[in-house]
Amino acid sequence: MDTGTLESSILADIAASGDEAAIEAVRVAALGKKGSVSELLKTLGAMTPEQRQTQGPAINGLKTRVTEALAARKTELKDAAITARLAAETVDVTLPVRASPAERGRIHPISQVIDEITAIFGDLGFAIAEGPDIETDYYNFTALNFPEGHPAREMHDTFFFQPDETGERKVLRTHTSPVQIRTMEASSPPIRIVIPGKTYRQDSDATHSPMFHQVEGLVVDRTANVANMKWVLEEFCKAFFEVSQVKMRFRPSFFPFTEPSLEVDIQCDRSRPGEVRFGEGSDWMEILGCGMVHPNVLRAGGLDPDEYQGFAWGMGIDRIAMLKYGMPDLRPFFDADVRWLAHYGFRPLDMPTLFGGLSS
Amino acid sequence: MKFTLSWLKDHLETDATLAEIVERLTSIGLEVEHVDDKAALKPFVIAKVLTAEKHPDADKLRVLTVDIGNGGAPVQVVCGAPNARAGLIGAFAAPGTYVPGIDVTLSVGKIRGVESHGMMCSERELEISDEHNGIIDLPADAPVGTSFAAYAHLDDPVIEINLTPNRPDATGVHGIARDLAASGLGTLKTAPIESVPGKGACPVEVIIEAPELCHTFALRLVRGVKNGPSPKWMQQRLIAIGLRPINALVDMTNYITFDRGRPLHVFDAKKVAGNLVVRRAKAGEEVLALDGRTYRLTPAMCIIADDNGVESIAGVMGGEHSGCDETTTDVLIEAAVWEPLNIARTGRSLGIVTDARYRNERGIDPAFNRPGIELATRMVMELCGGQPSEVFTAGRTEIKRKVVSFPLAEVKRLTGLDVPRAESLDILKRLGFEPKDDGKAVVDVTVPSWRPDVDGKADLVEEVMRIHGVDEIHPRPLAGHDAVNGKILTTLQVRSRAAKRALAVRGMMEAVTWSFIPARHAELFGGGQPALKLANPIAADMSDMRPSLLPGLIAAAQRNADRGYGDVALFEVSGTYESDTPKGQRRVAAGVRRGTAGLTGAGRHWDGNAAPVGVFDAKADAIAALEACGAPVDRLQIEPGAPDWYHPGRSGLIKLGPKVVLGHFGEFHPKTLEALDVAGPLCGFEVYVDAIPEPKAKPTKTKPRLDLSAFQAVKRDFAFVVDRTVEAGALSKAAAAADRKLVTGVNVFDVFQGAALGPDKKSIAIEVSIQPLERTLTDEDFEALAKKIVDNVAKQTGGVLRA
Repeated sequence: MDTGTLESSILADIAASGDEAAIEAVRVAALGKKGSVSELLKTLGAMTPEQRQTQGPAINGLKTRVTEALAARKTELKDAAITARLAAETVDVTLPVRASPAERGRIHPISQVIDEITAIFGDLGFAIAEGPDIETDYYNFTALNFPEGHPAREMHDTFFFQPDETGERKVLRTHTSPVQIRTMEASSPPIRIVIPGKTYRQDSDATHSPMFHQVEGLVVDRTANVANMKWVLEEFCKAFFEVSQVKMRFRPSFFPFTEPSLEVDIQCDRSRPGEVRFGEGSDWMEILGCGMVHPNVLRAGGLDPDEYQGFAWGMGIDRIAMLKYGMPDLRPFFDADVRWLAHYGFRPLDMPTLFGGLSS
Repeated sequence: MKFTLSWLKDHLETDATLAEIVERLTSIGLEVEHVDDKAALKPFVIAKVLTAEKHPDADKLRVLTVDIGNGGAPVQVVCGAPNARAGLIGAFAAPGTYVPGIDVTLSVGKIRGVESHGMMCSERELEISDEHNGIIDLPADAPVGTSFAAYAHLDDPVIEINLTPNRPDATGVHGIARDLAASGLGTLKTAPIESVPGKGACPVEVIIEAPELCHTFALRLVRGVKNGPSPKWMQQRLIAIGLRPINALVDMTNYITFDRGRPLHVFDAKKVAGNLVVRRAKAGEEVLALDGRTYRLTPAMCIIADDNGVESIAGVMGGEHSGCDETTTDVLIEAAVWEPLNIARTGRSLGIVTDARYRNERGIDPAFNRPGIELATRMVMELCGGQPSEVFTAGRTEIKRKVVSFPLAEVKRLTGLDVPRAESLDILKRLGFEPKDDGKAVVDVTVPSWRPDVDGKADLVEEVMRIHGVDEIHPRPLAGHDAVNGKILTTLQVRSRAAKRALAVRGMMEAVTWSFIPARHAELFGGGQPALKLANPIAADMSDMRPSLLPGLIAAAQRNADRGYGDVALFEVSGTYESDTPKGQRRVAAGVRRGTAGLTGAGRHWDGNAAPVGVFDAKADAIAALEACGAPVDRLQIEPGAPDWYHPGRSGLIKLGPKVVLGHFGEFHPKTLEALDVAGPLCGFEVYVDAIPEPKAKPTKTKPRLDLSAFQAVKRDFAFVVDRTVEAGALSKAAAAADRKLVTGVNVFDVFQGAALGPDKKSIAIEVSIQPLERTLTDEDFEALAKKIVDNVAKQTGGVLRA
């Protein structure tokens, strides 16, 4: 067989080989120890120099071309195999993946709003104070200038515990104000605190719950007055409701623990169903109570009311959450219905900050 | 407190509009809750029926032509009223008018083919009364074309104020007018009260046996009265403020109650036997009161009795027996001053809310007791005639007036307002205070008898502030802080917040559940002690302060399951109550998972269904919460021995050292679930955020030095056969302890029990991570290390390397 015929035959075999094993068989048959090309190469030794001059390059050329053809076919087959494997590995990428836990989890609006309040008052230099839910009559009423038997106590619809052996009966605190006294007892002015927490009254309907949340504020120093209080509350409302301006109406009112006392209405637009807009409109909505700390309360906190003065305010956390985020009813706050939590709750990584905005 | 505009104008000369009055009331602290300006009645005009013919197509209808007094042609109206007739003068509503009684806005319509251009109205259609037998039929001199409401005095706006409990003086129209006048909105013009000379002593005397409850008591008899309906003007005012006219004597007391904030009581003298005694009630004594109910009294309550027994619950409500009716001819008028706190307590414990209690518990003006009875006498004589006796007075008659030392600078100090001295003093004078102005910085101010709420200088600041105007106070920034704020949260606050975010990131939803739970739930979770039971729970199943967050969360999970959402993961970070002291309130983070609501998601999925939740889901949550709170998780000890409400074999206790319990986790005991009436799969945990030690204060925030080995880390697997009771934790610990330098981690990757191992045995396979530090380890090194591990595991746990 001449080299030309042999080459055609080998290249045809290479082209016909469909897998690694077939290629290897062709290689062995051509280039193996006893392969056809190897055998030809062996004949070179017995040739005359003249024969070798012509046959040498021809046979070596054959070897080179066969080797290249083998490599090329190998690559071709490998690529084809990869293509085939990839085709076989194809999946339906529209299949759903599971939501990440962080996507499913929720923070309750009360916690979120407390964080918002904390962010704002933290910026104003306030600390966060807390106190117990189960209080003595002294801290909940007497120290806050509620005289024994006064009708103002009745307005509080207090939950009582059974009297102990001394006849004293503890109460569930009806407001966060007892923490004012506890703070004044434990520290000295200047005092700037806000007190978020659970409060309890024997009352239940769409806007009243036997358990609810209040945030109380207290400033005591030597100069704090109503003008400062107005500023703090206006700044708070603007920051909390995330509006550039609010109009607030301060009305004289009555609370036993402040004198003078004021109630505060905020101007709003309630013309859109399910939504309250602040900073516009012509409705007034009551939002908080406040006043200058009553001299008797300062005294109960161990401070001289002629030396120290201050102001305090209180508002419903649940209520301002409802106003800001549009929950129509208070009762579901405490029902743990996952549909409600998924809708009104906040994603765990939505942390309120002033630098990033309270809400996103 | 309700009153009408015309009533106010009896006491206040003013040109102010209703809107101005309303705004001023609110701005001086008498918050207007509601105003009915009676605009709804404005469109109704007086009209005269000119002709009335039978409707051609209906027997009961008539076709009227009506002169509506506008100078135009008569209008045609179809009317069904039996009294519709030519010549009748009544109230007409034109098309476009809203008729409140039928809740319809009129339009031109055809009734059985005849056009009707409006309506002649009945009293019920105007919501004046229930009268609907015919249309309104006015006297012949009623002016056609003018406002019906004005003609009938139905256009008097009604103002309702939400009165704070400190203002007894504003429980009467006179007091409200005084406040408005002081604020510059008019002049007080209340007519002076002249005494009525009496003839003869009052035949009934009053003995005050409980002077601590009754300060003063005035009584007067008026003989020969003729009781009947009160005059129309009085009835209209009473109806306007929501009171039902009864008879002249009773209406008179109600009128003065609202006019002057001075409650009165009238007895039918013929029904009173002997003298009146003011005393504490005897235990169990009963009285049938004017509301038709019988009240059982206690010695804490003050009553007025005669020889027949209790005639009145003092200052709260009169008795039915001696009440006045149309047959009354001799009337005893009572005006007394009661101890306000006792009135409040009595009213509250009996559940009686009356206009008398409302005023007496706020503390009525003691100086107005005598004028009050004179005013009442005069009014009785005007309405019912009769001859008054002299007034019998028992108790104290002297009026103590408080004097407050008022440094005028207090106004500026507390409010920031610059009110000139003269204005401050003038405001106080207009309100009835008597400042003794001797030019000094501190002025003695005598407080009027009608202002028991004013005790100190801060009260006077409020008076000046509210009359001068709260709006005049301009917001002023709080003194700034001249440094970057430091950390403002306590460790406990930081940890509570971190625990919430960490648990939410694990796919759980934050719940806020009730602090009070059913008694049997509390008992199941170690609570229920008497000191933590509410004396007056709002509902029977909200009676006990919770000892644990778990019962509330488990119940919440079940509620969701009942709604069709069985795969839920809930958590709460809040208080639990071990005692009624501040220290007994713990700060706890707890969570439950139900159904298949594991960390990676619930329910079925093409890539593999979620498994039912179990003890290890709860364990992972618990540790995540502790980790978020900064607990040293590498030092936590997990032990059996969780509380009784858990499955004893599938729960654990998390401890730090031998004493500190940081929490527990697990599946729940089937008996707990049965008692709570819930079904699983369910697991939960509870960790005590307040039990985690405070982090040590360090001088710097520098982290420990990091040494990274240059040598390749390797892993080696070991499988040990151990007794079934041996804990994987102990085995891992033993392996790790074999060489604390080289072994950097031990991971349990297989636990296997099989017959081949024997009934009491199990196999635990661990993967040990090894980090060479000084050189690459040789085979001999590895053999030596492996031997150390096997030996220590054998020593600590009895484990044998599996063949």
